[in-house]
Amino acid sequence: MKEFLEGSQAIAEVIKLCRPGVISAYPITPQTHIVEGLAKMCADGELDSQFVNVESEHSAASVVLGAVATGVRAYTATSSQGLFYMAEVLYNISGMRLPVIMTVAARSISAPINIWNDHQDVVSLRDAGWIQLHAEDIQEAADLHLIAYRLGEDKTMMLPVMVCMDGFILTHGVETVNMPIQEEVDKFLPAYNPPYKLDVTNPMTLGPLVDPDYYMEARFALNETHKEALALIPKITAEFAKVFGRNYNGLIEGYQLNDAERVIVAMGSVCGTIKEVVDELKKKGKKVGLLKITSLRPFPAMHIYQALKNIPKVAVIDRALSIGSFAPLSAEVKAVFFGKPKRPKAVSSFIVGLGGRDITKDSIKEIFRLLTGKEKQGEFIDLKPELLKESYE
Amino acid sequence: MFGPLICKPGASRSNKTGPWRTEFRPKFLKKNCIACNMCLIVCPEACISSQPLALSDGKGALSGQGKNTYDFDPDYCKGCGICAAVCPKQDIEMIKEDPALQKG
Amino acid sequence: MSKTLFNSGHTACAGCGQSMAARLVVDAAGPNTIVVNNTGCLEVFSTKYPESSWGVPWIHSLFENGAAVASGVESAIKYLGKADTINVIAQGGDGGTADIGLQALSGMLERGHNILYVCFDNEAYENTGIQRSGLTPYGANTTTTPPGAGAKSMGNIRYKKPMPEIANAHGIPYVATASAGFPQDLQRKVKKAISIKGPKYIQVHSPCPLGWRHETSFTIEVAKLAVETGLYPLIEYEFGMISSRRQIIPKPVEEYLKVQGRFKHLFKLPEEIKKIQEIADNNIKKYGLKVEG
Repeated sequence: MKEFLEGSQAIAEVIKLCRPGVISAYPITPQTHIVEGLAKMCADGELDSQFVNVESEHSAASVVLGAVATGVRAYTATSSQGLFYMAEVLYNISGMRLPVIMTVAARSISAPINIWNDHQDVVSLRDAGWIQLHAEDIQEAADLHLIAYRLGEDKTMMLPVMVCMDGFILTHGVETVNMPIQEEVDKFLPAYNPPYKLDVTNPMTLGPLVDPDYYMEARFALNETHKEALALIPKITAEFAKVFGRNYNGLIEGYQLNDAERVIVAMGSVCGTIKEVVDELKKKGKKVGLLKITSLRPFPAMHIYQALKNIPKVAVIDRALSIGSFAPLSAEVKAVFFGKPKRPKAVSSFIVGLGGRDITKDSIKEIFRLLTGKEKQGEFIDLKPELLKESYE
Repeated sequence: MFGPLICKPGASRSNKTGPWRTEFRPKFLKKNCIACNMCLIVCPEACISSQPLALSDGKGALSGQGKNTYDFDPDYCKGCGICAAVCPKQDIEMIKEDPALQKG
Repeated sequence: MSKTLFNSGHTACAGCGQSMAARLVVDAAGPNTIVVNNTGCLEVFSTKYPESSWGVPWIHSLFENGAAVASGVESAIKYLGKADTINVIAQGGDGGTADIGLQALSGMLERGHNILYVCFDNEAYENTGIQRSGLTPYGANTTTTPPGAGAKSMGNIRYKKPMPEIANAHGIPYVATASAGFPQDLQRKVKKAISIKGPKYIQVHSPCPLGWRHETSFTIEVAKLAVETGLYPLIEYEFGMISSRRQIIPKPVEEYLKVQGRFKHLFKLPEEIKKIQEIADNNIKKYGLKVEG
């Protein structure tokens, strides 16, 4: 059913339909509306869920860890500083193979403190062992949560999933969203039935000390499961299409790649802007395209290779830094081509839209224009050099 | 694929800590025991038992039942000596262990 | 071997007070119990993969979040409609409770979860090598509060954080201190706590032969002396008010201090022993510990 909804409200509605038993989150801008929406639903009796008002994000992640370990589906959401505060719990959750589903309203990281959107928080946690999916718009954000539960709780996976939606842009933006109904969700998402849990009728010890004789295999297994997820994600999105009628690849999306000579690689809401620019430029006869990456983890290296191997000029947009080295997404995309028979002539790296700086159609056009020239390394778009003159003598 | 993650309940029983003993082991004299159950309750290794089999929460043994039937399991005893220290009738002694008899 | 929910084969030090106390707690709680454990001695010596001593469902996450994980377990059990039949116990050492874990514990107590929190108080970060914690008593020698070469340095200069009072200040229905030296009292308190709905806190004095430097056979004796000198009062609070205290015929603190190597250096500093006696005397007065008549 089509509804005109704020992004956060759409997420709250979808989560309600997923029937979580325990919800626990700590407020942080710009995630707050999601959790407030869920609180209201619980208070109104629309959602039968234990709503736990914790005293920090570290505890919020710990509460959902405990709930999922007890065999009950759970949900949490956070952003930026909160994501970092719960970081050690996130590694713990993935290492313990517990399918916690979390929304991250992608936001910049202090210092300096800034509450607006970029990808520094989520990109910094790409090593945590969580599946990490990025939404382009509110519809996709809502749909990815359904996919996330189905994927994470799969008995061959037992992996936590974070669904990233650009803070403010998608959380506070308003769009027409095709909201699923309960019957459809129940058909797509079965009840959570894990192979291991805390159960007095079948006691197990979870989270033991694992010494050098055993640790590596546990980590190998986690890594291998991510590789297996690359094969499973498209299968699940195909199931999703059958039930809900919307098609996602789940790993990448190629837009106008067929005859493209210049392609931008990007994640998140900027992809919507890029698609509009691609349409405009194509009308003028320019051969441009977009490769949207939905799944940062597991990283779909082979899919990216197949999509870009014949493209002469590629630009990777990073909305995060790996301070002191190559921009993170560009480094991973470049690594795709090493040792392969085919590769683009140039893969340029651009940094855009940090701390909520607007990425306009002109910014994207500038990137396409720069692609006609030499390969660029970590070039900042829309930087204001006059602000660099601050001095503290 | 999961790898080493979860332990079965009570699996520690496969780890025999008896070889930890360096010098002493308890000797249950079984002369003046009043079945107060204290040795069984306090043993950190839970390796003391009696007839009838007593739960360490004291529920299984009524006072007086099982006098002089308490003994220790040398597979797990670490030789701490607490049982001998708490026995109200001094009916447990810590004696030097014969290395030839100690299980490897 | 007797039937127990905390099996032999764990790798605790010989004479470990905490292993004793842990077994007494879980056996008193019974098999319908889920245990959440913080990182610490107990977790490390009882669950080295693939060996686990635990006969109940048990989970360990991190050092400081046991109370929060337990909140999640308890919420899940409420959701499943099993809140009346399954006990949830969260446990940790003194460091994991009073220092790094204080925030999570406070949140759990404030939210009113039906969880028993047990703090095994061996008065230092024993698992990482005997470093000082917020519950290390005045004058104790630890590796981060060592007495120095000069006559003035006397070990830990801070007093024990009053964790039972802090827990009580949250307005929870039951708080108790207990001791490995009084095993039946400990089990009675655990059973009582479990029968009460809401958050409960029990702090168990657990001697550590390694960290406190006493004979392995002295564990019970040392624990008893702590209580009998007034240094570790055994009290119960119900709904904020003291409902019981174990009364003593007070022994001088020297009897407790002299059997532990961690206080040996104090015997060159009689002024410090006087201060410790004052701590004991204040406890005796404050809680009415002295047997009258």
